Amino acid sequence: MTKEELLSKLKTIIEPYVQNQEGFQNISEDTNFIEDLEINSANLVDVILDVEDEFNIEIDNDGMDKMLTVKASIEVIQDKLATK
Amino acid sequence: MINRRVVITGLGVVAPNGTNVSNFRNAIKTGISGIQYIDELNQLNFSCQIAGKPIYKDDYLNNYFNSIQLKGLNASGLEYGVIAGLDAWKDAGLTIPDKTEDPLWDAGIIFGTGVLGVDKFREAIYKVDAGNVRRLGSTSVIQTMASGISAFLGGMLGCGNITTTNSSACSTGTEAILMAYDRIVSGKAEIILAGSTSDSGPYVWGGFDAMRILPHKYNNKPTAASRPMSETASGFVPGSGAGALVVESLENALKRGATVYAEILGGHVNSGGQRNGGSMTAPNSKAVKECIKQAVINSGIDANDIDTINGHLTATNKDAMEIENWCDALGRKGKHFPFINSLKSLVGHCLAASGSIESVATVLQLKEDFVFGNINCEDLHPEIEVMVDRERIPRKTISKPLQIAAKASFGFGDVNACIIFKKYS
Repeated sequence: MTKEELLSKLKTIIEPYVQNQEGFQNISEDTNFIEDLEINSANLVDVILDVEDEFNIEIDNDGMDKMLTVKASIEVIQDKLATK
Repeated sequence: MINRRVVITGLGVVAPNGTNVSNFRNAIKTGISGIQYIDELNQLNFSCQIAGKPIYKDDYLNNYFNSIQLKGLNASGLEYGVIAGLDAWKDAGLTIPDKTEDPLWDAGIIFGTGVLGVDKFREAIYKVDAGNVRRLGSTSVIQTMASGISAFLGGMLGCGNITTTNSSACSTGTEAILMAYDRIVSGKAEIILAGSTSDSGPYVWGGFDAMRILPHKYNNKPTAASRPMSETASGFVPGSGAGALVVESLENALKRGATVYAEILGGHVNSGGQRNGGSMTAPNSKAVKECIKQAVINSGIDANDIDTINGHLTATNKDAMEIENWCDALGRKGKHFPFINSLKSLVGHCLAASGSIESVATVLQLKEDFVFGNINCEDLHPEIEVMVDRERIPRKTISKPLQIAAKASFGFGDVNACIIFKKYS
């Protein structure tokens, strides 16, 4: 799966939780979920569960702690996909 | 300080026989029952396979919840409460502050329930037992905490005053309205969205089925099953739903030009302490009478002023005792007894939601001068007929000019609540 494909899937997953649409329009690798998209911190666990379902992977606690930006999330997902 | 006058300026309801005020009003006036056969209860070997359950399509929820709130939503009581609560708020013509504004410091929520989100809780229990707690997500807590309903409403409406959930079994809804009344009378709030909600489904109703207090001979004729005051009453039909009332100081209501449905003159809550015949499940009659008497006294009326009563009257063998308590407490009987009805003949016993749904019905009666008919009491219980003239227990809806209505609810734990409503003038 290319990075572009992965980003596209990730965007679909996070869209319902986004509260700052402007941030979502300008999404990039540096985008921070809480600061730039204003995703409620309680919803981050839901994003992670949706990612697990979409990619059929299981993300451990360390991985979860890292998934605060688009870049870090893509890295965690790629890492898990590679070891599947 | 002279008591502040308190009025009702908005109504919302999600009942088994009508999921908005307009349909509900029509259903109670024309005697439409909301009791139906529920196949799931049959599959699960329930003795009582009928219940009162509000019916609407899933996409109806899009009018009340946003996409995030709808994700993983599996709490029927939360749905009913939010629909009824938001409808009442809108009906009252109240606004909702913007996300970046201050909350409404003078407006609060008192919205009760017995248990919330049992289906969601079941989902969580399966995951936890499978060692999969990490998969619960963020929605498990907010949908199963009792105060989830007041928390959702408080956030949706931006209320900055008290935001809480009361719980006193089947008197919950009536108690919530009185708590709202007290808070406004004391000057601590101007507006309270008061109400209550109750989940539907086998996990709520199962315990009552096990207690053998539900009718089991009406599975093939559901609308005849709920028979308050009837000789053949054989138990209460379980129900569910939510009722909501915007309770407001008259001063505030007049200031903003709100429509007033009725005035709350006062009321009382008490407990029989599970003494003198009272128990966890049965009422202490002395306490019931005392509750009604105190409600009359602190409303500043005479017992003879009451035109109509909306009783608790669940359709068990306790109905006659309730009538006797009303007769004693008010000192009225026979032809001199007020009109009396029970909404439970049409929707079943909506448990924690019963008091608020029935209060909505009572307020509609006062506003529009009618007493809705009791269905299924063609065979009035002989013990009741001795105490109250048949004509005072209408079987079909009658038009009557009304001034004052009493509403009471009684609950497990030997708890009582009684409110006195008056037509606003």
